[in-house]
Amino acid sequence: MQQAAIELVGVNKWFDDFQVLTDIDLTVAPGEKIVVCGPSGSGKSTMVRCINRLERHQSGTIRIDGVELVGDGRDVRGALAEIGMVFQQFNLFPHLTVLENLMLGPVKVRGKKRAEAEAIARRYLDRVHIPEQADKYPGQLSGGQQQRVAIARSLCMEPRIMLFDEPTSALDPEMISEVLDVMVELAGGGMTMIVVTHEMGFARKVADRMIFMDRGRIVEDSPPGPFFSAPASDRCRDFLDRILQH
Amino acid sequence: MYRLITAAGLLLLLSGCSSSANWGWYVIDPGTERGWINIRFLLSGFTNTILLSVIAAVLSMALGLMVALPGLSPSRGWRWVNRIYVEFIRSIPLLPMLFWVFYGLPVVLKSVGIKVSIDPFWGAIITLALADSAFTAEIYRAGIESIAKGQREAAQTIGLNRHQTMRYVILPQAIRRILPPLANQFIYIVKMSAFASVIGMQELTRRANELVVTEYRPLELYSFLILEYLVLVLVISQGVRWLERRMKVNER
Ligand SMILES: Nc1ncnc2c1ncn2[C@@H]1O[C@H](COP(=O)(O)OP(=O)(O)O)[C@@H](O)[C@H]1O
Ligand SMILES: [Mg+2]
Repeated sequence: MQQAAIELVGVNKWFDDFQVLTDIDLTVAPGEKIVVCGPSGSGKSTMVRCINRLERHQSGTIRIDGVELVGDGRDVRGALAEIGMVFQQFNLFPHLTVLENLMLGPVKVRGKKRAEAEAIARRYLDRVHIPEQADKYPGQLSGGQQQRVAIARSLCMEPRIMLFDEPTSALDPEMISEVLDVMVELAGGGMTMIVVTHEMGFARKVADRMIFMDRGRIVEDSPPGPFFSAPASDRCRDFLDRILQH
Repeated sequence: MYRLITAAGLLLLLSGCSSSANWGWYVIDPGTERGWINIRFLLSGFTNTILLSVIAAVLSMALGLMVALPGLSPSRGWRWVNRIYVEFIRSIPLLPMLFWVFYGLPVVLKSVGIKVSIDPFWGAIITLALADSAFTAEIYRAGIESIAKGQREAAQTIGLNRHQTMRYVILPQAIRRILPPLANQFIYIVKMSAFASVIGMQELTRRANELVVTEYRPLELYSFLILEYLVLVLVISQGVRWLERRMKVNER
């Protein structure tokens, strides 16, 4: 069998004595697109953040390309370098221009020459369709543009896995599609993706599998067809009814 | 601006009264030889006041950073070290601390085999730097903690290590919030440096005190002294304003 890109086995996590994640099992094949949805507070962000170690899980196993995330060894750092992340709040560096935001990782982490890093940065700015904004500061851009810069910043590190945590939730409605379009294009290129979102149009278009989470558990894990037409659990059905009404 | 007007008004008021029999502005009348000598004597205190303040401020900034860093540590023990230092130093009044450093510290050092005498200049500097470091440490800590957690996380996800994150992401943003209050803190050091006169340091206040003893004109001389500090502080606070404006422009 092919090596999984991401593998979670029996993962549990607590914040103090509150259990946020309970027995999470999830296997993602290379190139697979997973869309995660569920009510607010159900642990979606925490699950995604455990995968790139912004949070530490307390029991169970998480493997990236077969490397288990324990300790701070070189192989763990190598595995994490394959993961890019896009946040709801963009988190661009406000004191740096767009180009500098994109070049920081390639120059400081990958040790690339400035000219080479700039070429990479400009290539990915083209990919997200804002080459003309290179010399602006993040504060001068619209939300949609900022989120596309954030996606480009992750791509500059040339990851094989991209995690998105509600990338369009902080955006004005008219800017949502420009970000989703970039993500659809990215999905077409063979990237492994986990996307937390309630944009069900996007989900139908790109998802290989849909995950529904509730109270820290994965309640539903199925292809989009059955997921939308015949969800197995009542809670998932209620949830879909509510968000699809809009 | 209104401070300049107040200063000018105060001057006018005082000179307006100079004809009254109770006033003796002759002690600092630049038109007379004696007045001119006195003015030069008073003004010569500026050098030491400025030297004291600048050296103490630089030391306080360095010491404050060293105290702030454990305060930012994830370890509870290190954060305690920071808290105890800040609370302890902050609660000691400057004058007792000055006496302790000037008269007490040499005794402590001698008992561990280090024989140094502390002169008024360094005694004052050590005290000012020590007392101020608790405040600069808090300024650094607040500035660094004010940078949103998301910045650190974004840096981490593109692979920057802790050191790189501090250097390229957190500090450049924090410095804009740290510099203006740090510069403001300099004004306090300038004012607190007056205490150095008590241990015999020849700075602005000491000079005025010595003239008062020989001239018996406390009102005129202390008025002049206050104006000297006022000018000094006005110059610094204009500098702070300028700095704040520049920081704002760069913020975007
Ligand atoms: N750092 C934290 N400390 C304590 N509780 C947290 C923390 N982060 C999240 N939580 C709690 O964990 C639960 C799940 O949060 P989260 O993963 O953000 O959910 P979701 O992304 O699905 O809205 C929520 O109840 C939230 O309040
Ligand atoms: Mg969330």
